[in-house]
Amino acid sequence: MLGAAPFGLVAGAAAVEADLTVAQALGLSTVVFAGASQLAAIDLLGRDAPLLVVVGTALVINARLVMYSASIAPYFRRLSRARKALVAYLLTDQAYALSVTRFRREGASVWYYFGAAVPLWIVFVAATAVGAAGGTQLPPSLPLDFAVPLVFLAVLTPAVTDDASVTAAVVGGGVAVAGASLPLNLGLLGGALAGVTAGLLVDEAGDDSGGSGKSDGRDGGETA
Amino acid sequence: MTAIAWPAIVAVGVGTFLLRASFLYLYERIDLPPRGERALELVPAAVLSALVAPSLLAPEGTVAVVGNDRLLAGVAALAVAWTTENIFATLVVGFGVLVGLQYLL
Repeated sequence: MLGAAPFGLVAGAAAVEADLTVAQALGLSTVVFAGASQLAAIDLLGRDAPLLVVVGTALVINARLVMYSASIAPYFRRLSRARKALVAYLLTDQAYALSVTRFRREGASVWYYFGAAVPLWIVFVAATAVGAAGGTQLPPSLPLDFAVPLVFLAVLTPAVTDDASVTAAVVGGGVAVAGASLPLNLGLLGGALAGVTAGLLVDEAGDDSGGSGKSDGRDGGETA
Repeated sequence: MTAIAWPAIVAVGVGTFLLRASFLYLYERIDLPPRGERALELVPAAVLSALVAPSLLAPEGTVAVVGNDRLLAGVAALAVAWTTENIFATLVVGFGVLVGLQYLL
């Protein structure tokens, strides 16, 4: 929630600065509801980029959502089609992060998911309205944006349970850092894919040598 | 001047929804091999680390270690996350260290 507020303010203010209307700013935050891709789309719209470029860029940035969808799908397979649609619409980095580790330990709960995702939506859309209406200057004094990586950090550690997941985290983080300056969020996407692949390789190596790859090694301190 | 704004908003919105919905609907229709299931299990560790590592190690876009307050605060928060697995404690310590460093230096 702490992360959704400044992100929404920026998304609203940036839209109006790029000569979008307040309605369009709110349209982005409600129809798209994915901050990073919104900022890219706003930037391109402001520079009169062609429609195809705007849409293509935004969708590449959002490609990581497919991984989240795949990762939580096993927990929600019994849900009705309508509820799946709502789960999908509300799926964000933070809603995913808050839910997946909890599901793994305590089982799936669609209400826990909605309890995390709906407040994020409300805060993000309300902050967009404030940002678009006022073009409000953000208070720069407190580094509130730091809350987002801290929450990711807190939910990362329970997800790291064995050699394969330690490897996935170390490689995923390392590749993402190496690609931090790449456009289109490609560092994140590449890091995640490389991490999963590396983890699978560790699994296979472990199987070949007699299946000892499941030690409870919790020593991936350099993942951060 | 931004005549394509609404078409763009709708197209990005529909496309993004399809990305989000993809496996929620496909999962029950496809028979995932054990390796696929295992890959899904590894997604949280890989994705969460890929989300957090750049914001600590490269907060301005390039890797910075010396004088990087966020890295120090992140390491402290990681230690707390590791030992307590408590989101609130992680937030408090991470924030406390970062704000403390910014006021001290």
